Amino acid sequence: MIKAILIFNNHGKPRLSKFYEHYNEDTEQQIIRETFHLVSKRDENVCNFLEGGMLIGGSDYKLIYRHYATLYFVFCVDSSESELGILDLIQVFVETLDKCFENVCELDLIFHVDKVHNILAEMVMGGMVLETNMNEIITQVDAQNKMEKSEVSLTLFDIYS
Amino acid sequence: MQHYGCRQPLNSKEEENPPTCMERSPTQLCCRLARDVTGISKMPAVSKGDGMRGLAVFISDIRNCKSKEAEVKRINKELANIRSKFKGDKALDGYSKKKYVCKLLFIFLLGHDIDFGHMEAVNLLSSNKYTEKQIGYLFISVLVNSNSDLISLINNGIKNDLASRNPTFMNLALHCIANVGSREMAEAFASQIPSILVAGDTMDSVKQSAALCLLRLNRTSPDLVPMGEWTARVVHLLNDQHLGVVTAAASLITTLAQKSPEDFKTSISLAVARLSRIVTSASIDLQDYTYYFVAAPWLSVKLLRLLQCYPPPEDAALRSRLTECLETILNKAQEPPKSKKVQHSNAKNAVLFEAIALIIHHDSEPTLLVRACNQLGQFLQHRETNLRYLALESMCTLASSEFSHEAVKTHIDTVINALKTERDVSVRQRAVDLLYAMCDRSNAKQIVAEMLSYLENADYSIREEMVLKVAILAEKYAVDYTWYVDTILNLIRIAGDYVSEEVWYRVIQIVINQDDVQGYAAKTVFEALQAPACHENLVKVGGYILGEFGNLIAGDSRSSPLVQFNLLHSKFHLCSVPTRALLLSAYIKFINLFPEVKATIQDVLRSDSQLRNADVELQQRAIEYLRLSCIASTDILATVLEEMPPFPERESSILAKLKKKKGPGNLPDIDDTRWNVNGSAEHSEDTESTNKVTPHHPFTDLLNLNSTPSAGASLLVDVLSDISTPAPITVSEDNFSRFVCKNNGVIYEDQLLQIGLKAEYRQNLGRIYVFYGNKTSTQFLSFSSSVTSSDTLKTHILSTAVDPTVDGGAQLQQVVNIECLSDFTDAPVLDIQFRYGGTLQKIAVKLPVMLNKFFQPTEMTSQDFFQRWKQLGVPQQEVQTIFKAQHPMDTDVTNAKILGFGVALLIGVDPNPANFVGAGVIHTKNTQVGCLLRLEPNTQAQMYRLTLRTSRESVSQRLCDLLSDQF
Repeated sequence: MIKAILIFNNHGKPRLSKFYEHYNEDTEQQIIRETFHLVSKRDENVCNFLEGGMLIGGSDYKLIYRHYATLYFVFCVDSSESELGILDLIQVFVETLDKCFENVCELDLIFHVDKVHNILAEMVMGGMVLETNMNEIITQVDAQNKMEKSEVSLTLFDIYS
Repeated sequence: MQHYGCRQPLNSKEEENPPTCMERSPTQLCCRLARDVTGISKMPAVSKGDGMRGLAVFISDIRNCKSKEAEVKRINKELANIRSKFKGDKALDGYSKKKYVCKLLFIFLLGHDIDFGHMEAVNLLSSNKYTEKQIGYLFISVLVNSNSDLISLINNGIKNDLASRNPTFMNLALHCIANVGSREMAEAFASQIPSILVAGDTMDSVKQSAALCLLRLNRTSPDLVPMGEWTARVVHLLNDQHLGVVTAAASLITTLAQKSPEDFKTSISLAVARLSRIVTSASIDLQDYTYYFVAAPWLSVKLLRLLQCYPPPEDAALRSRLTECLETILNKAQEPPKSKKVQHSNAKNAVLFEAIALIIHHDSEPTLLVRACNQLGQFLQHRETNLRYLALESMCTLASSEFSHEAVKTHIDTVINALKTERDVSVRQRAVDLLYAMCDRSNAKQIVAEMLSYLENADYSIREEMVLKVAILAEKYAVDYTWYVDTILNLIRIAGDYVSEEVWYRVIQIVINQDDVQGYAAKTVFEALQAPACHENLVKVGGYILGEFGNLIAGDSRSSPLVQFNLLHSKFHLCSVPTRALLLSAYIKFINLFPEVKATIQDVLRSDSQLRNADVELQQRAIEYLRLSCIASTDILATVLEEMPPFPERESSILAKLKKKKGPGNLPDIDDTRWNVNGSAEHSEDTESTNKVTPHHPFTDLLNLNSTPSAGASLLVDVLSDISTPAPITVSEDNFSRFVCKNNGVIYEDQLLQIGLKAEYRQNLGRIYVFYGNKTSTQFLSFSSSVTSSDTLKTHILSTAVDPTVDGGAQLQQVVNIECLSDFTDAPVLDIQFRYGGTLQKIAVKLPVMLNKFFQPTEMTSQDFFQRWKQLGVPQQEVQTIFKAQHPMDTDVTNAKILGFGVALLIGVDPNPANFVGAGVIHTKNTQVGCLLRLEPNTQAQMYRLTLRTSRESVSQRLCDLLSDQF
C-alpha cells in the first residue's frame, strides 16, 4: 500500500502532498520536512530506494523517489509494493503530467494543484494503484476537461442571457 | 504507453521531430523542468479559459513574499477575504467556489491550518455540476479527517452519487470513500460496494474503483466488509477483458486471500492462466497495457504477488504451467533488451524480481531456486544501483532456503566488496543484512572480520545494528571462545559507544559459564586496559572479569594483584557513576582474591572521595565494603564474595534486542537450541531467583546484573518505540463472544492450528483445558504458550510441561487455572508461538474469561426479587440497553442463553410471562456482587430491552455489554 505521495522542490517547498493514512496537519508537515531531509542529501545516481524516516514508520516503509530537475517525487510504500513497479508508476505520473500540461514544469503544479490532484486520483486511489496505463488515464482526464469546458460555457451563457 | 510503440511506424515524421514527451527519458524531462527553475516570473496561461486570475495573483503574491512574516500576513488577509465571501449574503457561483477552495488547498499545502470551508465543500457535493462536485470531493479528501462530525453529511452526498448511475459521479464517490476510509463510511457503504463491483452492467472504470474501494475498507474495517456470494464472482474478474479491472481485482483478491485463503483458492488457477497468457503473448496482444515493450508488467507483478499467498499448486498440470511461466520470465532476462530505455529494464525486472520472490516463497523447485540465485548474482554486479540493491535484498530471503544457502554463499566476495565500495548507504545496509543471513560456521570468521573492519567507517545510522549483528554472529559461530572474546573486545574498541549493555552483559555471561576461556579473557582484558584511552564499556568488562578471574593471571609479575588494581583504579576517576560502582565491587572482590592488596584497597575505600562521595550509591558501597573487609573473617569473605555461579542458559539478550529492533519476521532464522524463543518467562524467573540469593552474592546485586532483563528490556522498549514499533500481533477475538453463554468449543482456527477449550468455573475459581491441534502433517517445534492478564485476574498455566514439539495431526493439552480477584473487563490473552517449516509463528488469542463466568445462580421468589430490585434503585446501579435482535427470537434459545450466562432463570416472577428474569451472585476473591436482570422482548419490533441492576456500576455495565451481544 502507498502511504503517502509527496512532491517538493529542491528547497523543500511542498508542491503536492497526499496522505492515504490520517495524520494531523503538524505531523504531515513534519513528515514532508523529514522526507525532504532524507532524500535531498542523497547524491544523484545512487539508488532510488531508502528506508522511511521515523515519522512515517521507519524501516517497515520504503521511500521510493525520483528527482526531476527542480522536483522530487516521493512515494512512501509498505513491503507489499514492487519497488521497480512504483518507480515506473512515478514515471507514468510525470509523463502524464507532461502530456496534460504540455511541457510540465514546477509552476504548473503550483497553479493547477486541483488538476494535479485529479490526475493523481486517476492513478492512485486510497493508497492503491488504480491505473497504470497512460492512455486510459489521459482519456479519463480529457473527459473531465470536456465536461468542465461545457459547464464553463454554460455558465457564460447564463451570465449573458 | 505502448501507443508509443504502436504509433511509431504510423508516424514516420517522428524521427525528424524533436522527441515528444512520450519518449523523453527522465533526464530529458529534467531539462524541460530545469528551464523553469528561475521561472518565478512565468505566469500561468490565464488566457486558457479555465485559469483563475485571482488564484494566480494570490499565488504570485505569496511567492514574492520576502519573509515568512510577510507570507503569513498575506495568507491571513486572504483567509479573511475567503471567510467573508463564504459568510456573505451573496450566493457564490461555482467558479468562485472553486477558486476559493483552490486557494484554501494552496494555503493548506504551505502548512497553515484551515479551520473553515468544510461546510461549503460539503455543499458542493450536492451540486449537479461536475466541476463543483469534483472540487468539493477534492477538498474533503485532502482536508477532512476521518472522524470529522461532517461525515454523516458527506455520506449523504456519497450515497446520492453512488445511486446516480452516472459513472463519473460514482467514481468520485468511490474515491472519496477509499481516501477517507473511515469507519462511519465503512458502516454506511461496505455492504453496497460488492454489488456494484460484481454487477454485470457496471462500467469498467467504476468496477476498478469499486474493487479498490472495497480493498481499502477491508483494510480499515475488515469486520464490516461482508463476505458472501460476491466473493466467488470477484475471483472471476481475473478473467475480465479489461486489464485495468483485472489489476484492481488482483490487488483486492490478494488482500482477501491473505485473510481467508480457502475462500479464494480458485483464484490460483485463474491467476496462473492469466499470467501464462501475458508472459507468452506477443506484446501486441495487450495493446495499451504494454509498457516500453513489456507486456502488462504491473498486472504480472500483482498476479505473482497473489500466488505468493498460496503454496505451490497441487494440480500437476497447473504446477507445470506455472513453472513454465517462471522459466520464461527467467529466460527473458537473458535476452538482449528490446529498448535501451531505463523504463524497459525497470518494467522487465519488476516482473523478474517478483517471479524470484515467488520461487523463493514456494521453496520447492531446486533448479528454479538455483537459477534465481544465479540471476541475482548477475544483478549483484549490475551497473544499475537499484538492481544491486534489490538483488541484495532478495538474496537475503534466498539465504534462508536450504536448497540455495550454499549457492548464495558463493557470492560472498561480491557482497563484501559491495560493503566496501558501494557509494550508497542504503545498498551497504542491504549488504550487511545479506552477510548476516549467509553467515554460517564455515565463513563466520571471514564475515565477522569484514564487518568489524567496515564498522570503523560505517555510517552512524547503522552502527548500532551492526554491532548487535557482529556480537550475535561471534557468539553463535564461535568455535573457540578465545576468538569470541577477541571479537567482542575489538567491537568495544572500534565502536564502544554503540555497544549496548546487552552486548557486554552477554560477554560476561559467557566468560563466567565457560571455564576454559576465563584465563584468556582475564589476560586479554588486562592487555586491552593498558591502552591510554579505553572505552568505558571496556572498563566495565575489565572490572568485572578481573574481579572474578584476576587470580588466574596474578602469577605473572607483570600482572600481579597490585598492578591489576592500579590499572583499574587509574581509570576510576574518568568513569561515570555506574562504572565506578562496578569498580568498587571489583575492589572488594580483589580483597577476597588477594589478601596482599587488602590494605591498599582499604585505604582507597577510606578516602574522603569515597566515604563522603556525593553520590549515595557510591558512598554506601564504599562504607559497606570497607566495613565488610574489616569485620568479616576470611571464611565469611570467601563465601560472600565467591565466584559467580554460571548463568542459566537463556535467550541471548542481544538477539532479543536485534529482534526488537528489526521487528519479528525480518530476521533470518537462526536455528540453534540455545536460542530459546521462550526466553522472556525464564528471564523473569531468573530475576526472582537471583534476588533471593542476594545475601549470598552481593556482587550480583551491586553489579545491577540481576535487574538487566526487566529494567533493561523495558528501557529498550521505550527507546525503540520511537525508532520502530515492532508489528504487534493482533489478538484474535473472532470467536470470543460465542463463549459468553457457553464454555466449550473452538476458540481459534487457522490453516495450521486449531485451539479448542473446555472450561469449568466454581465461585471465583476457574479452570480451562486448552487443546492445541496441529492440523498439518509437519511437526511444530519449540512450541510454547503463556497467558497474560490484568491484575484483577490471576492466571496460571498449570501443566507447564508443554512438550516443545507437537507432531503433525497430534493434539496437546494444557490446563490454565484462573482466579478472579475483583471485577474486571479485560480478558486474559493466550500467546502461543512455535516454529513451523522454519518460520516462527506467533498467535495471540483472547481467552473467553468474562465476568459472568463467576456467577452462582440464585433462586428467589417473586416477592424477594422485586424487593431487591427496588433496593438497587440508585441510577448508577442500573444499566439498560435497547437493541435489535440479531437472531430469531426463540423463547427456548433465549432461556438456554440466560442459563448459560450463569444466572438462575426465575419463572413466574415477572407479571408478563414473555419477559425473562434472572438472578445470580458474582464471586470474586475480594467481594461478591448480587445481580438481577430482566430481558423484555418485543417480537413485533424485533427488539429487546435489557436491564441489569447490581450494586456496582462497573459490573452492571460489563454484564450488560456482554449479554446484549448474544440475542
